Amino acid sequence: MIQVQDIRKAYNKVQALDGISFEVGKGELFGIIGPDGAGKSTLFRILTTLLLPDSGTALVDGLDVVKDYKKIRNRIGYMPGRFSLYQDLTVEENLNFFASLFGTTVEANYDLIKDIFIMLEPFRKRRAGALSGGMKQKLALSCALIHAPKVLFLDEPTTGVDPVSRKEFWEMLAKLKEKGITILVSTPYMDEASLCDRVGLMQDGRIFTIDTPQAITRSFPKDLWEISGEHVYKLLKVLEKFSFTHAVHAFGEVVHLSLPKGGAGSLEIMEYLLENGCGQAEIKRIDAGIEDCFMEYMNEYA
Amino acid sequence: MPDPQIAIKTDGLTKEFGSFTAVNAITFEVHRGEIFGFLGANGAGKTTAMKMLNGLLKPTRGRATVAGFDVYRESEQIKKRIGYMSQKFSLYEDLTVRENIRFYGGIYGLSRKAIREKTAALVERLHMEEVKDTLVKSLPLGWKQKLSFSIALLHDPAIVFLDEPTGGVDPVTRRQFWNLIYDAAERGVTVFVTTHYMDEAEYCGRISIMVDGRIEALGTPGELKARFGAANMDEVFLKLARNK
Repeated sequence: MIQVQDIRKAYNKVQALDGISFEVGKGELFGIIGPDGAGKSTLFRILTTLLLPDSGTALVDGLDVVKDYKKIRNRIGYMPGRFSLYQDLTVEENLNFFASLFGTTVEANYDLIKDIFIMLEPFRKRRAGALSGGMKQKLALSCALIHAPKVLFLDEPTTGVDPVSRKEFWEMLAKLKEKGITILVSTPYMDEASLCDRVGLMQDGRIFTIDTPQAITRSFPKDLWEISGEHVYKLLKVLEKFSFTHAVHAFGEVVHLSLPKGGAGSLEIMEYLLENGCGQAEIKRIDAGIEDCFMEYMNEYA
Repeated sequence: MPDPQIAIKTDGLTKEFGSFTAVNAITFEVHRGEIFGFLGANGAGKTTAMKMLNGLLKPTRGRATVAGFDVYRESEQIKKRIGYMSQKFSLYEDLTVRENIRFYGGIYGLSRKAIREKTAALVERLHMEEVKDTLVKSLPLGWKQKLSFSIALLHDPAIVFLDEPTGGVDPVTRRQFWNLIYDAAERGVTVFVTTHYMDEAEYCGRISIMVDGRIEALGTPGELKARFGAANMDEVFLKLARNK
């Protein structure tokens, strides 16, 4: 549904996209995972025909984003990162407005937005500007769906949204996927990667790797240990000086220590911790998560 | 006399907008040098509560002191004793790193000499020697956030309020940012922080979770996990916010 081939885009001297290539299959939920400034929004604007690339090609539903931009616009839904609704219109007015822009009606495609709109129903007469963050997000998604698009582009739909609303939003995406809609979604939250079929990890205008979340975490190139039971800040300081340490990062109340494969075993780590006044610590081998992998790629590319 | 070890104290603090109660009688204390996580869903009342503590919004009723000053009568003294940083309120993009420091130093009434010394120390601590005369808009986001945090501490405030300081930042920079927070807390600065990253909630000494204007839970991350039988803070949050 989406084919991107070596897309580049610069703003003056800043290379926002530095050769991006990937493909998204029909009905796939594909995530672009990366921090602010990675180039995610630039990529989304090119794919939604709002911005021209400097070079490279991109097809959406078989249509070229430069030559066939008018046709593409009818087939896609786009939810930009910044809130896109008319603040002074009510929930209902926003929906009707977006429906009429695409020459359709809310009733015609109500089936698609029904599950989401039910949650908005009590507020249908409220102005969009007066909705809570989670409700705005649901309305914006409804507006992006109102013309039954084949491909949905969601640029950071969950940024700044609390964990409960984020979870609900991803449940909605899973339902849309079941209806056969292809979804490209971007997020800076690493933990959301596992909810996608495949992901691309992106930073500084480049994609580090593209694969299923499971395959990415399985290919983590180091031995990873979780260390707990002491003050995290103290553990970090101590482990930074461990001679085998490749990287050490805080993860909530525990620390993740990565070592070269076969570099040191539990005995060496425990001895070192004991010598440095962290004898209470508990250690165990763990599998890497997406965040571990992302930081490893950052380190590799730095 | 207020207790110098108490940075923030509220008692039944409430804010109503017409018939809507945004903050409903919250009572808590934050200790000096503590990292206090202030969590809650969107719309739970966090921003309103923070505005009252910052002296920007008058409460409807209840009491609160910040750095020993009363939020009703002494909001100007409070503003001098606190620092504030959010992702939205950041630096002047068209000023250089040094100009931003000088500007905020001036706003907080620091002497020229103090500004000069603080600029040198800050540029060194953040390793920004090479970019000190660069416009802020051309710095990477992570650098801006570190600079913004350091500028919030420029006038040596007793308490710093951080409103989602790490939103959208890459995982490495996010952790570097937390190291800065730890350093500040170790120097005795009280840190009051909101975040949507539940792993960051674990870095706080204590956490409160707001639901519909009330503080529904308050304690160390360990206590809250034990009380709710949860493996991590994410679960605690989901249980609280969903069972309302």
